[in-house]
Amino acid sequence: MYKYNDFDTAFLAERNAQFRAQVERRIDGSLTEDEFKPLRLMNGLYLQLHAYMLRVAIPYGSLNSAQMNTLALLAEKWDKGYGHFTTRQNIQYNWPKLSDVPDMLDALAEVGMHAIQTSGNTIRNVTADHFAGAAADEIEDPRPIAELIRQWSTDHPEFQFMGRKFKIAVGGAAKDRAVLKAHDLAVRVVQNDAGETGYQILIGGGLGRTPMIGKVINDFVPRADLLPYIEAVVSVWNQIGRRDNKYKARIKITVHEHGIDHIRARVDARFALIRPTFLGADQELFSEIKVHFSPPKFRTGSTTPYDTAYKTDPVFRAWADTNLADHRVSDHAIVTISIKKHGATPGDASAEQMRVMATLAADYGYDELRISHEQNVILPHVHKSDLPAIHAKLKQHGLGTANIGLISDIIACPGMDYCALATARSIPVAEQIATRFDDLKLEHDIGHLQIKISGCINACGHHHVGHIGILGLDRAGVENYQITLGGDATWSAAVGERAGPGFAYDEIVPAVERIVDAYLSVRDTAEETFLETYRRVGMSPFKAALYPEAIKKVA
Amino acid sequence: MTVIITDTGFGPDTWTLGYEGDTALDLPSDTDPVQLSERLAAQVQMIRIAFPSFADGRGFTIARHLRLSGYKGHLRATGHLIADQYAMARRSGFDDVEISDELAARQPENQWLARANWQQNDYQARMRGGSPAAA
Amino acid sequence: MARAFTPKVITANHLIEGDVIYLTAADTWSRDLAEAELITDEAHAQLRLLDAQSQPATVVGAYLADATSGANGPEPTHFREEFRRTGPSNYAHGKQEVLANV
Repeated sequence: MYKYNDFDTAFLAERNAQFRAQVERRIDGSLTEDEFKPLRLMNGLYLQLHAYMLRVAIPYGSLNSAQMNTLALLAEKWDKGYGHFTTRQNIQYNWPKLSDVPDMLDALAEVGMHAIQTSGNTIRNVTADHFAGAAADEIEDPRPIAELIRQWSTDHPEFQFMGRKFKIAVGGAAKDRAVLKAHDLAVRVVQNDAGETGYQILIGGGLGRTPMIGKVINDFVPRADLLPYIEAVVSVWNQIGRRDNKYKARIKITVHEHGIDHIRARVDARFALIRPTFLGADQELFSEIKVHFSPPKFRTGSTTPYDTAYKTDPVFRAWADTNLADHRVSDHAIVTISIKKHGATPGDASAEQMRVMATLAADYGYDELRISHEQNVILPHVHKSDLPAIHAKLKQHGLGTANIGLISDIIACPGMDYCALATARSIPVAEQIATRFDDLKLEHDIGHLQIKISGCINACGHHHVGHIGILGLDRAGVENYQITLGGDATWSAAVGERAGPGFAYDEIVPAVERIVDAYLSVRDTAEETFLETYRRVGMSPFKAALYPEAIKKVA
Repeated sequence: MTVIITDTGFGPDTWTLGYEGDTALDLPSDTDPVQLSERLAAQVQMIRIAFPSFADGRGFTIARHLRLSGYKGHLRATGHLIADQYAMARRSGFDDVEISDELAARQPENQWLARANWQQNDYQARMRGGSPAAA
Repeated sequence: MARAFTPKVITANHLIEGDVIYLTAADTWSRDLAEAELITDEAHAQLRLLDAQSQPATVVGAYLADATSGANGPEPTHFREEFRRTGPSNYAHGKQEVLANV
């Protein structure tokens, strides 16, 4: 895990002092609200529907138990006892007061955390594969390069007042678990024919009003060229990206309008200017950073307690089957803790739950935790013999739900319950879908099915890439939900296809149920997933199930 | 009237040749710095770049590009910049910032001097390993 | 043809607390929509909005929200304003929590 050096600590202290002064200058009138707004946003502070909201970065989703305990402290001391894990490896507090935020930031700084660039027209918090450092299919741990990018992008003078936000994600494994193709810029660790490690760069992906799948701009950027290359991309976009219309400002539109070849040529020319200014200090820093991410000394021992519990305890077995993933060391496992208890708000954890997870990480997990874009918490390194004890503790605190990858493991943005931009609610829809399928006792039979819900066109809930996507809109003053099918958030990324007219708030859960019934009746075998079935049979059986009246009218 | 801001605070404008002649350029924020650098005449000693709004950060990229392309003359940011952007302007290669008297009254000298320490806590300079971009 | 003016209230968020507030006829800010001034004249609405926007030290983002006259005072006409006056639907937080403690 990365530990702040003196430079990081001094930077953050100065930055927090600046923000404290900015709050004071807003209150004394030196700064207008228009001027203060981008400053508070670049420090993670929004003004939402009912209150301010502070979005704290969990860079590349990694944190230790002391950091998790501090997140719990913020929830208790300055908020209402809980926090909300987001789809971009952040945590949001929904109820802080403006005057308390500088103190909250100082408390975070004590454990090397901040809220910098979690909002605003800046380079946002860098995200990464949530199984980084643990996954069996990993080429290289993406976190050292993500940390280097975090430092480079932090307070970058050229990129604090851009036309729009810029999101970067990093992956280092065969499988993409970081939704790389839906980012403004994605960095993928690859090896060339000579066996050297470098980076494949994609740009122009994004969701929102105009969903686009990222395109490869460079197949292999050598390690030492990465920062100047990214700097060239962002610099070119900052210069030529549109500023006349915020819905056309993201780099996906720039790439679409100019073409990837034109952008590549401009980036290459800018890179040629920038590259000579990098004299190698970033590579020395990278070597230092890498040491922080050395794998822990994995303990060895018998896995008998695990094997016994798996054989004898069906509740444990169900949890192990859904919530564990293969670790690079065979007697270890990756544990995903579900923050999706049926009927609860997706991604919300209480201060008590955060402390329980912190303690489990400290006692059993080499002091490491991860946050996923799917709004769950991960213990990346657990010796299998410890799993029964961990499961028992999780169950006691409402954290033992066995549903990872299943229909109730829903991504949902805060929606109209909190967000000032939202056009409809997301949270109650997610709660009702999860509760309904839990009542039906169908979710294990249904298998892998991702539902993603956004409460507005901005698509924070990733609905475009959900197997079933739900988009909440305001239709003539009433909540209305559009359904898309066939979206894919992995390396085979696809934008879902719209099924037809939307559904009213009280019609959306029955509509999802009809889709699932249709899937169960047309799938080839129990092993064929929803997405595989959709790709084989297409939209028509689902459309028929969703709109039976339309069929009747035609007949 | 306007105020010129440097690391030592507020001061008068010492550029006396105006922006009409061959030695100075007055540029909008949508200037293409690539074309500009290619055509830049050797006698240009002063380039002033407009910030029509503090939210329009293209001027930072223009300044940085000019410096990377070898421009050694004076670079000035003018318009609606706020004190919090002083460090960004200096790190991007500007020599000074020009604001209206009205803005200077609302954001007095001490708020700008608070960012005169722009050479400290600079992640990007640390990454590159040399001196700041302006040098 | 211009649309007929529908009644409005002036609402904003408090600068420090961040919570939802409404402008009253007595020129004070209330946390309770029922105490808001229901404005039925368009010119008066614009004037009152300017009043509200000239208080940057107290409020953020003042705007006119549609409302209608109810038994106890103004009532929202759109679900967004209903959430703003009540609080979120997943927890009894916000204004509903304050009311529960009265």
